[in-house]
Amino acid sequence: MSEAASRTARGGALRAFIAERPGAALAALLFGLIAIAALLAPLIALTNPFDLASLDVLDAELPPRWVQGSDPRFLLGTDAQGRDLLSAILYGTRISLIVGVLAVAIQAAIGVSLGLLAGYFGGRLDSVVSRAADIQLSLSTLMMAIIALALFRAGLGGESLSRYAVPLLVVVIGFAEWPYFARTARAATQVEAAKDYVRAARALGASDAGIVGRHILPNILSPLIVVATTQIAGAIMAEAALSFLGLGMPVTKPSLGTLIRSGYDLMFAGAWWITVIPGLVLIGLLVSVNVLGDALRDALDPRLGPD
Amino acid sequence: MTSIKAFATGVAFLGRRLAQALLVMLAVLVIAFAVRSSLGDSLREIVGEAVPEAEREQLRHELGLDARWPVQLARYIGGALHGDLGTSTIYKRPTLQVVLAKFPASFELVLGASLLVLLLSVPAGIYCAVRPRALGARLILGLSVLGISIPVFLTGIFLITIFSVWLGWLPAFGRGETVRVGYWETGLLTLSGLRHLILPALTLSSIMLPLFIRLVRGAMLDELGHDYVRTARAKGAAPLRVWLGHALRNALLPLVAVGGLQVGTLVAYTLLTETVYQWPGMGFLFLEAVTRADIPLITTYLVFVGLLFVITNTLVDVLSLMLDPRISLEGTR
Repeated sequence: MSEAASRTARGGALRAFIAERPGAALAALLFGLIAIAALLAPLIALTNPFDLASLDVLDAELPPRWVQGSDPRFLLGTDAQGRDLLSAILYGTRISLIVGVLAVAIQAAIGVSLGLLAGYFGGRLDSVVSRAADIQLSLSTLMMAIIALALFRAGLGGESLSRYAVPLLVVVIGFAEWPYFARTARAATQVEAAKDYVRAARALGASDAGIVGRHILPNILSPLIVVATTQIAGAIMAEAALSFLGLGMPVTKPSLGTLIRSGYDLMFAGAWWITVIPGLVLIGLLVSVNVLGDALRDALDPRLGPD
Repeated sequence: MTSIKAFATGVAFLGRRLAQALLVMLAVLVIAFAVRSSLGDSLREIVGEAVPEAEREQLRHELGLDARWPVQLARYIGGALHGDLGTSTIYKRPTLQVVLAKFPASFELVLGASLLVLLLSVPAGIYCAVRPRALGARLILGLSVLGISIPVFLTGIFLITIFSVWLGWLPAFGRGETVRVGYWETGLLTLSGLRHLILPALTLSSIMLPLFIRLVRGAMLDELGHDYVRTARAKGAAPLRVWLGHALRNALLPLVAVGGLQVGTLVAYTLLTETVYQWPGMGFLFLEAVTRADIPLITTYLVFVGLLFVITNTLVDVLSLMLDPRISLEGTR
């Protein structure tokens, strides 16, 4: 009985959420669908787009099923290499998501540690971290990433760039944007550190490391989650932009940005689907993450309500 | 008396700011030198591949390329001060000349986009601030979330699809006809040049627009809450006069400060826009240099972008000083 009651309560909460924020609910649904499809790509996709041996040039540039001249084997048509576009998009979205999440993990690891230290200890450490964050932000992260990868490519050649593309993208995007986490963590830590429970913990003899790790960190998680959401959208967009410029994922292992780029050359020859369909998937992904981030911010941070 | 003191404070500030700018430029040059000497081969840039190894050694010595790195660095910086940043391996011309020849194209693209951003974001931002509950304001803010979420290269691709491929109204590639005015090659004086500018400028502005609408709105909301606005309204000043004459003037300060800090981002987005439209600007040139490993050209571009960055940041600081009434009043009171 209690189980049934809790189930209806949960159902009620879900219904209330959908009624209150239909946009956010829709975004959550869209993001969930894209993410699950991408993560299960090896199970869902009919072909492995990275297996160059299975590709047939005769299949290249076939249009989607609903356009004349299509091949029933390829629902969304094929790209210039003769890849099934649907499979390529599933695998490409997977790469985009993996790069985005890992890059944000690096940002968070650097930013949150520095922010906690700066906020908790203050003083000289605080001014050094804050100044470094200001400088890093004024340098424009996308420009820094472009320069880093461009130098890598010019120095070591496009060959090594394509071999190490995933770790390179993760590190470059990961190191570029730590200041957002640092600023948020620092401000929140300053607020928490002045509260009574921290003073109580200190009076009880807790060490600085214990206070920061066990007491402050769990209490500043909600603003950090909000930052992480926006940052994931930013990282996915940065990866797509870098790949579009030819400084990211190679054509042999395309992400969404690479697919858009490789299709763009063929768009004026009539093969619009190679660019437009991955482009729409990318926009769907980014819009849903951004809308979710806005909703999370409203829900978790009462000070920043929707005006 | 006091105004002299204020003037002196201003000069001291300016001097400190200029010293900082020079220091940053020096750092940029050192980085550029490090990149050049670790990735490039200066001798190959000059003589090419065909010269035999023994002769190379001889040349290397004659040209001073076997000198120790502090000497080479000093020489590089000395050359940079005279506008000599090396020779492009693709174009076989001084790199600075090559980059400067592409500067007008990028500048006019950024100018067009900035005008669009200014003309659209100020009215839209004010409207969203003074009528926060209106349907139009909600629509603008909603669209701006969408605008932030669409990567700039996709905006470009979709605009090309609609206006060039489907409707055939506007050209999709290049700059069109250009006219030389002295050293400056402009596309602003021909109809074809202007028509070619519309889509790229619109694309570039689309990515900055949401940010600036939110900035104007935020700054205006801040100002509208102040007492002076209420006083002005109570004295019977017309709403439009209060918004534009009083609040907007003070809202400009944070706008200049934040807007000026976006230079780096603007350079990156210009690079993406130029790639989509094959716009023959500096960003397009940079990517060509990267693909063909033209190290001197790459480093020259980096130095140029660094210079641009330093100049705008210094200008923003000076402008903030001039725009903020509190700073100038401090000395005269």
